[in-house]
Amino acid sequence: MGIFVAILFVGAMLAGFLGSLTGLGGGVIIVPLLTLGMGVDIKYAIGTSLVSVIATSSGAASAYVREGITNIKTGMLLETATTSGAILGAAIAVMIPTNTIMILFGIVLLYSGFNSFKNRKVEIIPPRKVHKENNKFIKSLQLDGDYKSPTGKISYRVLNLGWGYLLMIVAGVISGLLGIGSGAFKVVAMDSVMKLPFKVSSATSNFMIGVTAAASAGVYLTRGYIDPVLSMPVVLGVLAGSLLGAKILMKSKTKRLRVVFAIVISLLAFEMMYNGIF
Amino acid sequence: MKVQPDKIERSTKVVVSKLLRTGVLTAAAVTFFGGILFFIQHPNTLFSYDTFSSEPARLRYVSIIVREAFLLKSRAVIQFGILILIATPVLRVIFSLIGFAIEKDWIFVFITGIVMTILLFSLFG
Repeated sequence: MGIFVAILFVGAMLAGFLGSLTGLGGGVIIVPLLTLGMGVDIKYAIGTSLVSVIATSSGAASAYVREGITNIKTGMLLETATTSGAILGAAIAVMIPTNTIMILFGIVLLYSGFNSFKNRKVEIIPPRKVHKENNKFIKSLQLDGDYKSPTGKISYRVLNLGWGYLLMIVAGVISGLLGIGSGAFKVVAMDSVMKLPFKVSSATSNFMIGVTAAASAGVYLTRGYIDPVLSMPVVLGVLAGSLLGAKILMKSKTKRLRVVFAIVISLLAFEMMYNGIF
Repeated sequence: MKVQPDKIERSTKVVVSKLLRTGVLTAAAVTFFGGILFFIQHPNTLFSYDTFSSEPARLRYVSIIVREAFLLKSRAVIQFGILILIATPVLRVIFSLIGFAIEKDWIFVFITGIVMTILLFSLFG
């Protein structure tokens, strides 16, 4: 039992580390480690992964919020979309062929990984055309922000809020349908569509995924998916990893982070497509 | 005396980040303590997870978890730590709501209120 717990702890540290760097949560690592690596039933794996997502989110966010990297207002606004999407997703899960969704989602993620790699040299992905002024309502929300990067203060604007909001509903539906993977969609929506800086997208996604996960945690707990012996090393490992990841994100160059993101999201894409096909 | 809005916004940030940090550290400490108890109470038991059989009721319902945790049953103590972890983002939403109210940012009080309602609905509904 000791070795089992030790392996889980190390795997969880890696999950928390990558999760807090990329804004993806820890499920990408935890689920395959438990199911393929240790022969644990998928239901326990999902419950444990959910716990790991909450731990990554709160651990990383405690640092990112204090440093002002998280855009709290944008995060709160988009949470109305992701949480209602998640409820919708969970409600229609029984009627939808989730395998097809997994394959489609995998393709989208693969494309996003490629896109992240292509844009690795920029902090903010430039809009395709000159963006018109936001309307009065969006202005009154005061979403635009700035953050301290190693090279100085970077100010940014929040663009394409309508499309971003729509994508967040989709992200919520996907997390309700599949239980995992919504962090990836959140980062992509903020980074490529809303044109937030990569670090802000990652930190804000981290901030948001904890709430989405907590919303479904009650159900998983009463269904008996959350096992204490599996969760114990995962919580501790993920917290240690996520705090370390948060320290590193603040110092790293965006280029490196985008490359790490591209790799992790491609892995997630293959995982999704594999699960969808088999 | 007029308080500068910028200052209030910064204090909300501090409160939220302190809350998150306290939440995760408390959850980690309780879970760790439960882990030590587990290895003392079950030094040689092997648990198997290759087929799913739902957790027993005493590890699934909040009121029973809390009661058993105070009896220092190791797995209930760990589960109690997990409950603290789950409560952290929920408290974060409630604290942000208070923060926005102090800032008199009514649009965001409304928006955060929606998130809170959905969250509480899905947890208890």
